[in-house]
Amino acid sequence: MIRIISILVGLFFSAALLWSFGNGAVAYVTEPPAATVESVFHKHPKEVEFESDGAFGKFDNQQLQRGFKVYKEVCAACHSLSHVAFRDLKAIGYNDDEVKAIAKGFQIPAYNKATGEVKTAEGIATDYFPPVAYGGQGTPPDLSLITKARHEGPAYVYSLLTGYQEQPAELLKKFPEAKIPSGLHYNPYFANLNIAMPQPLTSDDQVTYSDGTKATVDQMAHDVSAFLIWTAEPKLDKRKQTGWAVLGFLLFATALAYMAYRNIWAEKKGH
Amino acid sequence: MSFPWANEYKPGHPLMQWLDEKLPLPRFVYNAVGAGYPVPRNLNYAWNFGVLAGFCLALQIVTGVILAMHYAANQGVAFDSVEHIMRDVNWGWMMRYAHANGASAFFVVVYIHIFRGFFYGSYKAPREMIWLLGVVIFLLMMATAFMGYVLPWGQMSFWGAKVITGLFGAIPLVGEPIQQWLLGGFAPDNAALNRFFSLHFLLPFVIVGVVILHIWALHIPGSSNPTGVEVKTESDTVPFHPYYTAKDGFGLGVFLIGYCAMLFFFPNALGHPDNYIPANPMSTPAHIVPEWYFWPFYAILRAFTSNFFIIPAKLMGVLAMFSAILVWFFLPWLDRSPVRSGHFRPTFRKFFWVLFIDVVILGYCGGAPAAEPYVMISQIASIYYFAHFLIILPIVSAIERPDPLPFSITEAVLGKDEAATLAPAA
Repeated sequence: MIRIISILVGLFFSAALLWSFGNGAVAYVTEPPAATVESVFHKHPKEVEFESDGAFGKFDNQQLQRGFKVYKEVCAACHSLSHVAFRDLKAIGYNDDEVKAIAKGFQIPAYNKATGEVKTAEGIATDYFPPVAYGGQGTPPDLSLITKARHEGPAYVYSLLTGYQEQPAELLKKFPEAKIPSGLHYNPYFANLNIAMPQPLTSDDQVTYSDGTKATVDQMAHDVSAFLIWTAEPKLDKRKQTGWAVLGFLLFATALAYMAYRNIWAEKKGH
Repeated sequence: MSFPWANEYKPGHPLMQWLDEKLPLPRFVYNAVGAGYPVPRNLNYAWNFGVLAGFCLALQIVTGVILAMHYAANQGVAFDSVEHIMRDVNWGWMMRYAHANGASAFFVVVYIHIFRGFFYGSYKAPREMIWLLGVVIFLLMMATAFMGYVLPWGQMSFWGAKVITGLFGAIPLVGEPIQQWLLGGFAPDNAALNRFFSLHFLLPFVIVGVVILHIWALHIPGSSNPTGVEVKTESDTVPFHPYYTAKDGFGLGVFLIGYCAMLFFFPNALGHPDNYIPANPMSTPAHIVPEWYFWPFYAILRAFTSNFFIIPAKLMGVLAMFSAILVWFFLPWLDRSPVRSGHFRPTFRKFFWVLFIDVVILGYCGGAPAAEPYVMISQIASIYYFAHFLIILPIVSAIERPDPLPFSITEAVLGKDEAATLAPAA
C-alpha cells in the first residue's frame, strides 16, 4: 500500500516538474533569453596581486600608509570609513602622536544633550572616522568593508579605480538605448556599467607620497586597495600567523593519533 | 540493551564506587561511548562522521555562546556589533569565523553521515527510530542555520529571511497571516531579528536533546556495519573504547586540519560578499542565494515555474522542497530489500551514485542565478530526486537480486578460518 501511494506521489511531482520543464523549454526555444548590455560588456576584475595575498602574505605597512593617504585626500571627500577608529591606525605603523594628529584633522559631530545643539569637535584617537555628508548623485558606500562586500573585492576596487574609459562605440551599435545616463560614467567593472562616481584618480602625483614612491595612478589605486583590505580585515596578519601555529599542532597531534590508532588495532587483522 | 558479552563497569576507586551507587553517571558514559559498548569490528571511515557531527554541535554551542555575549540583536546595531566582535573583542574574529565555518563543517559532516546511511541501508529495521530522529535533527539544524544567518543583519540575512518566510505566504488562505505572525510584521525587522536570535540560541539545545535520543536509540540494536550483517558473536565486535575512540581521534584530527585551514586561510570563501553590506530593505540584491548547504533544496523550490492545474507554482515549489526532506522519513518503508548494505546490491548501488551526482547537480543549480539553463537542469534533476526515493527504491527493492552475503562480520574481516573465528576478542 505504502509503495503504491509513494509511486503515485512520485508521479505527481514528476508530472508537475515535467509540465514546468516543458513550458520553460518552449519559452526558451521561442524566445531565447536576449543578451543584456551587462552580460556582454561587464568585465571581471583584473588580475592583480597584493602583499597580503596567499597563506604567507602579510600587510606592508608602508603601502597601507600610502593607501591611507590616498583615502584621506581623495576618497574621504565622499566615502565614510565608519568601522575604523583613529586608534586602529596604530596597527599600520603610526605612533601615538601621529594618530592624535590625524584624528585632530577630522571634525567629529557631537550632540550636546544639555543644549540640544549639534556641534563638531576635533577628533581624538578613540573616535571613529566620521560620517560624510554627500548631496550629489548616487550613494557612496561606506568603505570599511568594501573589499569583503564585493566578489574578488581588492581586485574589484583596483579595477574600478583604473577602469574608467569611453563608452565603446561597439556597445552603442549593439545596444543603442544603452547610452550613459547624464551624470554617470562608463566603467566596465561596475555591475551595471554606469557609475555615478567620477574618475577619482585622474593624474600622476595627485597625492604626494612622503616615502619617495612614484605616485602613478596605478600605484595609488594599488595602495588604496591594499589599505581597504586592511580596513575590512585588520586582523588578517594575526589570523594567518595563528593558522600556521594551529595547523602545525594539528598535524603533529593527528600523526600521534594515527600511530595510537594503528597501535591499538595492531592485533585485529583486517585493519 | 546491549550484547551479553559487553564489558561491565567496575569502579575501582572508593569514590567512584560511592558515585556509582548514588548517581551512576560514569557507568552511563562507560556503556554509551566506553569499553562497555561492543561495536562491529569492521566499521570503515564512513562511520567516523557521527562522532564528528557531535563534535561540530559542541563546537557551535561553545563558539555561539561566546558570540552571544558580544552580539546585540537589534536591527540598529546588529551589523555593527558583529564588526565589533571582528575588530575589538579579543579573539572575536576567530570565534566568529569558527562559528560561521563551523556551520558549514557541521553540514559537510552531516551530509556525509546521511549519505552513509543511504548507501549502507542504516535506516532499515531494527534501526528505523535512529533514522527518524536523525531526520528530525537535520530539520532542526536547517532551521537553526537559517536563523543564524539572519543575525548579522547583512543584505543576504535580510533578503534571505524575507524569501524564506515568504514561503509560508504560499499556503492557501492563511499564508499571509502566518507569514506576518512569524515575522512579527510585514517584513523582517526588529521583531523578527529578536525572535530569530532567541530561537537560534534555543534550538541547538533542542538538537542536543534529540541527539541524546538518537544515540539512545542507537544503543538498543547497536551500530550497523559495512556488510549490513548483524552481529552474531563476540568475535564480531570490539569495545568502543579504546578501538573506536582511537579511530575517532584520528578522524577528528583529519577533520580539524581541513576545518582550521578554512577558518584561518579562507574564512569568507563559503559566505556571500553581500552579507558584508548592512541590510537595506530598499535595495534588493541581484541574486538572493542561501548558504551552500541549502542549495539542493533551493534548486527544487525554484524548479517549479508553472502552475500545475489549480496549484500555484510557488505552492508547488514549497510543497516539493519540504517533501524532499520529509520523504526521508518514509525511507525505511520504501526500501524493502532485506539486504542493508549497498555493497551487496548491484542495482541499488548504481542508483545510489546517480542520486549522489544528482544532488551535487541540484546544489550547483541552487547556487546559480535563476536563469536558463540552470532552471531546466534543476527540473530534470528534481524529477530524478523524487523518482529515486518514491519510485525507483520501492521497485528496485522488490525486483533486485542481491549478491551473496558473508556469513558473519568476522568472516567478512578474517575470511573463513575456524581458528580465527573462535579466537577471543581482546
